[in-house]
Amino acid sequence: MPALLEVDDLVVDYLTPTGRVRAVDHVSFSIEPGEIIGLAGESGCGKSTTAHAILRILRPPAQISGGRVLFKGRDLVQMDERQLREYRWNHISIVFQSAMNSLNPVLSVGDQFVDMIRAHVHSSKSDARERAMNLLQLVGIDRTRIRSFPHELSGGMRQRVVIAMALALQPEIVVMDEPTTALDVVVQREILQQIEELQQEFKFAVLFITHDLSLLVEFSDRIGVMYAGELVEFAPASRLFREPKHPYTVGLMNSFPPLAGERLTIQGIGGAPPNLANPPSGCRFHPRCSHCTPSNPALYALQTRVKPELQLVGENHTVACHLYGDGRER
Amino acid sequence: MSAEAIAYDVDTSVPILEVQGLTKHFSMGGSMLPWGHRSTLHAVDDVDFALYPGRVTALVGESGSGKSTVARLLARLYKPTAGHILFHGEDVVRQNSRRHVLRYRGQVQMIFQDPFGSLNPVKRIGHHLARPLLLHKVAPRSEVPERVRQLLTTVGLVPADDYANKYPHQLSGGQRQRVCIARALAVEPDVLLADEPISMLDVSIRMGILNLILDLKRRENIAFLYITHDIASARYVADEVLVMYAGQVVERGETDAVLQAPLHPYTRLLLSAVPNPEGGLSHRRVEVRGEVQAAINPGEACRFASRCPVAVEASHCKTPQLVEVQPGHWVRCHLYPQPD
Repeated sequence: MPALLEVDDLVVDYLTPTGRVRAVDHVSFSIEPGEIIGLAGESGCGKSTTAHAILRILRPPAQISGGRVLFKGRDLVQMDERQLREYRWNHISIVFQSAMNSLNPVLSVGDQFVDMIRAHVHSSKSDARERAMNLLQLVGIDRTRIRSFPHELSGGMRQRVVIAMALALQPEIVVMDEPTTALDVVVQREILQQIEELQQEFKFAVLFITHDLSLLVEFSDRIGVMYAGELVEFAPASRLFREPKHPYTVGLMNSFPPLAGERLTIQGIGGAPPNLANPPSGCRFHPRCSHCTPSNPALYALQTRVKPELQLVGENHTVACHLYGDGRER
Repeated sequence: MSAEAIAYDVDTSVPILEVQGLTKHFSMGGSMLPWGHRSTLHAVDDVDFALYPGRVTALVGESGSGKSTVARLLARLYKPTAGHILFHGEDVVRQNSRRHVLRYRGQVQMIFQDPFGSLNPVKRIGHHLARPLLLHKVAPRSEVPERVRQLLTTVGLVPADDYANKYPHQLSGGQRQRVCIARALAVEPDVLLADEPISMLDVSIRMGILNLILDLKRRENIAFLYITHDIASARYVADEVLVMYAGQVVERGETDAVLQAPLHPYTRLLLSAVPNPEGGLSHRRVEVRGEVQAAINPGEACRFASRCPVAVEASHCKTPQLVEVQPGHWVRCHLYPQPD
């Protein structure tokens, strides 16, 4: 049986006046039904671009230059607009970071639900309204709020409205692009708990994108870590937490000061993320990597010249790093 | 500015900046008509604290808690509605002459959240650092280039000459924030107000900035006010923590006391909401209701009562006082004995 969604060798470029910038570089992963997949990385690592490519909502100058996105075996990259319309929202929906920007400020919440539902399924206005009220109730908002306008709702409520909308047509996959980053920590927690409850009830799969690795470990089944457009590690969440392999993943894990235990000095990661218009040679992380020193000339040459491939280092655990597998013996 | 020399003549037991009963109310438009209803937002209500040399005090709270308003009051960007700001024992609230303001700004500096918006895009980094040196007459013109080099080195931007000649857009977010810190340090301040200095930075470089704050605190004996919504980062840098909710301080004390044995239900809520990879979401469910209600025309009640899982009868009819429950550990909650 094929995976629910399979991203296969996806390449996305931004065509800028100064040249081609490769934002997503040969990324592959799959999502099984009902699974929560986390995609972690810093700004500019290509995680949001990957999400937008999956929904085919990239706008120029971005373009998909290669690869396939298979939904139940059908390649979305080859679909035309009419076919895409069929598949978006019915099968896969997205929640953006800023709820305020995804809601229309001059329409009531109810009108936006009705528009969206009637754009995708045959339904009378009153049926669509009834459905909208049930959805609001599902995410813990009073049914009467259907008459509210976005500005009358708090940030957390707006984000929950957007989540309810994403769930309206019972899609098999919901892509969540930093859905809680703009919210306060308490509201973030509340919404995450709600997503988890809804997910257990309706069994949709989630692609959850965030820079907050500690949140992903808690929330997802499997996690992919992206750096400079590439997937550098992919592993089950608990495994990634216990045994992160890639030095970048280790660094990210060490970038969140703990709330319990001894107050130790932690270093984070030195340097800054690279400019993708001119990415470093070899392993893209090598200029910031503490394991990359000329003291081991053979390894150093490999790290600075040869791009590491993803390889299996444990059960369902792949990593792209010269410290592991073939690279070590060579 | 050798670190040892400064460390010697600074008494770390005397506060540099002391805030007493600091209050800021904003009048909320509403109707302009005389019979119209006007409301008042209590952004900051009766806040007390003190900043000591070589100590980091963290102000923790969610958006709308009033924490940034406190920073702006201390930076003299707002005038307080009531209360005192004592700088080296002198109340600066009533001192409005240019001489006084310059003197104050020469010793109390602020670092903003957004390192992208607080640097002039058409000026080189060197210019940003030279300006305060000349404006506050910290160094004669001839020594300015050397001082700029020193400042850049202090914040870890080496080789300094290269950085001095760059434009802001050539630097990453973390590097820009370091420039902002260097600029604040240019006037050799006693106090630095850091308003969410890491929240807009990439995760991997945040620790670098926090470590720089710790380093400056130790080396230069600067008093820091660190303002954040991220209680874990507060634990990392701060000696003392104040938790704010809807304009009021609800708990304060030494960092370890507040975070290891939190007393206020809101502090507990904040702590339990922080993502924790050790346990799953479902393992420790957080009971939350609603969001921070801004303190608009607050009546007599605990401002947290409507969200509080353990509210008692008194919570709904009387504002609790900030009470010292254990030595140095204060809490504003009806669960603890209130003074008569």
